[in-house]
Amino acid sequence: MQVDQDKCVACSNCVPVCPMGAIRIDPTLNRATVNEDECVECFTCYRGMSKEHLNPTLVRTIRGFLKLLRIRFDPEPDVCPTDALTEQTLTWPRMVRRAFSDPLVPHESTGVAGRGTEEVKTNDVTDRVKEGEVGLTIEFGRPGVGVRFRDIQTMSMALAPLPVKFEEKNPVFSLMSDPATGAIRADILNEKVLSAILELQTTPEHVPRLLQVVEQVAGGLNTIVAIGVATRCDAQGENLLEPLLEREGYAGYRAKTNLGLGRRPAAATA
Amino acid sequence: MTNTLHRFGAPETLQDDYIVFALAARGVNEEGAPAKLQEFLRLALKHNPVNVGNGAKGGVYRASQNLNPLAHWRRTDPLDFKAIVDGIDSCTSVAAVFDTLANCEAFLAELKQADLGVSVNVSALADKAHTCCKTAGIARHSVGYSLGFHGDLNLLPDRHVLELSTMCGHGMVSHNFARKMMDWVKEGRRDPKQAATYMARFCTCGVFNPTRAARILGES
Repeated sequence: MQVDQDKCVACSNCVPVCPMGAIRIDPTLNRATVNEDECVECFTCYRGMSKEHLNPTLVRTIRGFLKLLRIRFDPEPDVCPTDALTEQTLTWPRMVRRAFSDPLVPHESTGVAGRGTEEVKTNDVTDRVKEGEVGLTIEFGRPGVGVRFRDIQTMSMALAPLPVKFEEKNPVFSLMSDPATGAIRADILNEKVLSAILELQTTPEHVPRLLQVVEQVAGGLNTIVAIGVATRCDAQGENLLEPLLEREGYAGYRAKTNLGLGRRPAAATA
Repeated sequence: MTNTLHRFGAPETLQDDYIVFALAARGVNEEGAPAKLQEFLRLALKHNPVNVGNGAKGGVYRASQNLNPLAHWRRTDPLDFKAIVDGIDSCTSVAAVFDTLANCEAFLAELKQADLGVSVNVSALADKAHTCCKTAGIARHSVGYSLGFHGDLNLLPDRHVLELSTMCGHGMVSHNFARKMMDWVKEGRRDPKQAATYMARFCTCGVFNPTRAARILGES
């Protein structure tokens, strides 16, 4: 993302809006500037702020006059008055940032928008996490911290030797250069994204050990890791994971529940 | 919609937060999905959702591309629910947010009758979602539990900010903006409902809960 220096009036509305804190007002230029290394191309500023298309010279003059009188204008906080935020053409590897940060951009590897994963959201038709299995989602960078792929690689390489299977229909998996070791292609390791999800499957008996490893590795990363665990329920809607989590001391009181209302088309089930 | 799983807050702060979302699986049952997802939202609108959204195009709260400058004094952004329904033209995910258990339960009961054939998920407190299912006569198929945040927790802001910003799990509501809105409410520059609306406009999936946000802003 870039700021059109001819249009920007340094109103600073975009500064707190940026999830990565990558925008600041340059005191010398008196314009907003974007730290490109920290910007993850999430388009929050570009898309989330309303636009007025006002004349920059007029706005600067009014703002300058009010500033002289030390009068504070109290504008709407989600508005870019002069439409100064400008998207730039992204090339590899920087385009990875937008793919993992802008939820309106579908991932090429899965065709799914958001973070590009279906997890157990469609498990009633995909059977991704089968009976007797547990699915883990390890999300890096959320909430509002961001992550570089080298930190994700640290985790994926720590998990690869363990009894897990990385989900192949997953955007992070598609960027692995060697899934057997969990290595991610070298040219994107320094790219920063808003968040990315590693999905894997295992069996219930391995869950405690895996969670222990994830927490241990997460402690050494320069980011936040959000953990999710998922399982199939029996015909009565009950599951064995809930008591297991309780025994292990996890408070899994918030959950995403798949109601099982999805259906495979007749041809697919035949 | 993992973006709805990790909403921060103690159970008692999540009593007014129920997200119901629907989607078809890529390459499996996506044929004809747009019409089914439209019907999902039409049914949802009968049960007073506080937000709805289309994961590919945005929520009912959204930024204006041509804001009238007079909006700084009097802003009226009517919520166009019909446009969200009519705008579904692809195999996307759609969501409706409810602020009461009763509305969520009534919606699920109607969804079961409608038998749309797309996957439907409830993101909420696990026991409340279970109750909703039982009331609607639905046996849960799968459950994904949030085990919270780990790693360098020093990177996180205070709990009130987190309660607000994590209502958009894609991170479109920044910590700094949530903090700014909290300050503005404290300073009396905006009321909680206005501040919640500003934040809701940044959540592109329409899963931000403005009712819960206004309550948190009023309490903090």
